[in-house]
Amino acid sequence: MAASSTIAQLAPRIRAGEVSSERLTRDCLDRIEAQNPALNAFITVTAEEAVAQAREADRERAAGTYRGPLHGVPLSLKDLVDVAGVPTTAASHVRDGHIARQDAVVVAHLKAAGAVLVGKCNLHEFAFGTTNEESAYGPARHPLDPTRSPGGSSGGSAISVATGMAYASIGTDTGGSIRIPSAACGLVGLKPSMGDVDATGVVPLSWTLDHVGPLCRSVTDAAILLDGLRGTTPRPEATPRAASLTLGIPRGYLMDRLDPDVATAFGETCDRLRAAGVTLTDVTIPHAGDTGTVYLHIVLAEAAAYHGATLDATPEAYQPDIRLRLEMARYVLAEDYARALHGRQVLTAEVDAAIEGCDALLLPALAIPAPPLGATTVRLGESDEPIRNAMLRLTQLFNITGHPALTIPCGATPTGLPVGAQLVGARERTSALLQVGRSVEATLWPDGFSLAAR
Amino acid sequence: MTLADWLDAALVDADRRNLPALRALLEGLARSTTALRAAEWNTDARDQAPDGR
Repeated sequence: MAASSTIAQLAPRIRAGEVSSERLTRDCLDRIEAQNPALNAFITVTAEEAVAQAREADRERAAGTYRGPLHGVPLSLKDLVDVAGVPTTAASHVRDGHIARQDAVVVAHLKAAGAVLVGKCNLHEFAFGTTNEESAYGPARHPLDPTRSPGGSSGGSAISVATGMAYASIGTDTGGSIRIPSAACGLVGLKPSMGDVDATGVVPLSWTLDHVGPLCRSVTDAAILLDGLRGTTPRPEATPRAASLTLGIPRGYLMDRLDPDVATAFGETCDRLRAAGVTLTDVTIPHAGDTGTVYLHIVLAEAAAYHGATLDATPEAYQPDIRLRLEMARYVLAEDYARALHGRQVLTAEVDAAIEGCDALLLPALAIPAPPLGATTVRLGESDEPIRNAMLRLTQLFNITGHPALTIPCGATPTGLPVGAQLVGARERTSALLQVGRSVEATLWPDGFSLAAR
Repeated sequence: MTLADWLDAALVDADRRNLPALRALLEGLARSTTALRAAEWNTDARDQAPDGR
C-alpha cells in the first residue's frame, strides 16, 4: 500500500481484508527506523504496542467486527497527548521520568475507533514556539530540506505524515501549531472550532487558546479524524459545488506582509478558484492589527499560570530560551490580561461579521515558506520581522476567536517548498467548513490527492 | 501603574533574580503592552467608549 495513501483510500481495503493492519503498521515502523535518525520526528516509538494493536484490529476484522474508517490505521501523536503507560515528554527535561497514568480523552476515542498508535512526535518544548528547534530531544527537520524547520510546534507530527511514518497525526494548535507545520510540509491541517474536541489529558500551553486536531493528507481524512477525536459516528455529507461558494479574503493586516513566493502561489490559487466559479470578495477585520498584542498577553498569562511553580523548582530543566520567555510571561499584569480578553471579544465579533455572507474566509496559512533552522528574522517587504511573529501572523487570530480553520496545500515556491491556503469557517460549524474545504480541495487537486503532486 | 513604572520595576526584579537576559524580553513586552493599552477598543472610567461617547 502506498505510503502516501489517504485514510479514505485505505479504509475500504482494510475492511475488505485486502491489506492487513499489521502490514501497514510494520511498514510505518520500517519507515520510522529508516528516516527518523535524520529527521527526528519521533521522541518515543511504541513499536511493540502498535504491532499488538494492529494484530488485534486484524483479528477483530476477520471475526466480523469493523469499527469504522480508523480501524487498523497507524497514527502518530504529538508528545503532549497522554497515552496510559507511555511518557508524555512535552519535548522537555521538565518531564523526565514521566509516565501517563491514563489515556487523554482523544486517545481513548481513537483507540475505541480501532486506530493503531505508532508513537509520540517531537515538538517545540511545551508547544511554546513555531519552529520545533527548541526541543530537549533536538530539532525536527523538514522532510524536503533537512536544513529547514518543518514548522511547529507540531513539527514531528507533520514530518511523520509527510514521510509515511504514519497515515495521520494528532497535534495541538494554540497559535497555529497544527496549521503552520501542515502548510510548511504540504499537508492538510485542521484546527476545529473551540470546544469541539476535548483537550483533557493534553498538556496545555494556554487553556483558552489550545485546540486539538489532525494533520493529514486530505480534507476527507480530516473529517474522519475529527469524528475519531470526538468519538462520534461519521455521517455522509454533501460537498458543495465550487461555483456556489463565496469566499471572503480579509484584506489589510492578514494579507499585506507575505513572502513574494507565498503571495504568488496564493494569487494563482485565487485565479484557479475564480476560474472554477468561486466568488471571491474582499472583507475587512478592522482591528486585525491588534491580533499580536491580544494573543501575546493571553498566551503569556496562561502559560505563566501553568509553569510558574516548575520555573521556581527546576528552572534549569527548560531549554534556555523557553525558560526566559516563560519568566517574561510572569510579569504580565492582571489588568493587561483583562484588556486582552476585551480585545478578544472585539476580534471575535469582527471575524463573525467578516464571515457573514460568505461560506468561509480564504487567506494563506503561513506568510513565509519553511524557514532555515537557526534563522531568527525574515525579510518581508522593507523590514526584518522575527520568525515567530511572521509564522504566527495568519493563524493566531483564529485561536483568539475560536473559529474553525483548515489549511490545504495550494502550491509551492520555485524551490519546491509547499505553500498552504487557509479556510476559516463560522464558529461551532467545523463540519460545514470541512464541506467547503472538500470543494476547494477538489478544485485545486482535481486528480485526487498525491503527495508527489505537491 | 504606568507602563514606565512597571518596566522599571520589572527590570530591577530581573536583575535581582540574576536574569539579565530577561531585560530585552521585558522591553519587548512593554512595547506590546503599550500597543495593547492604546488599542481603540479600550474603555476606561473617564471615557466609557472608544469614540468618546
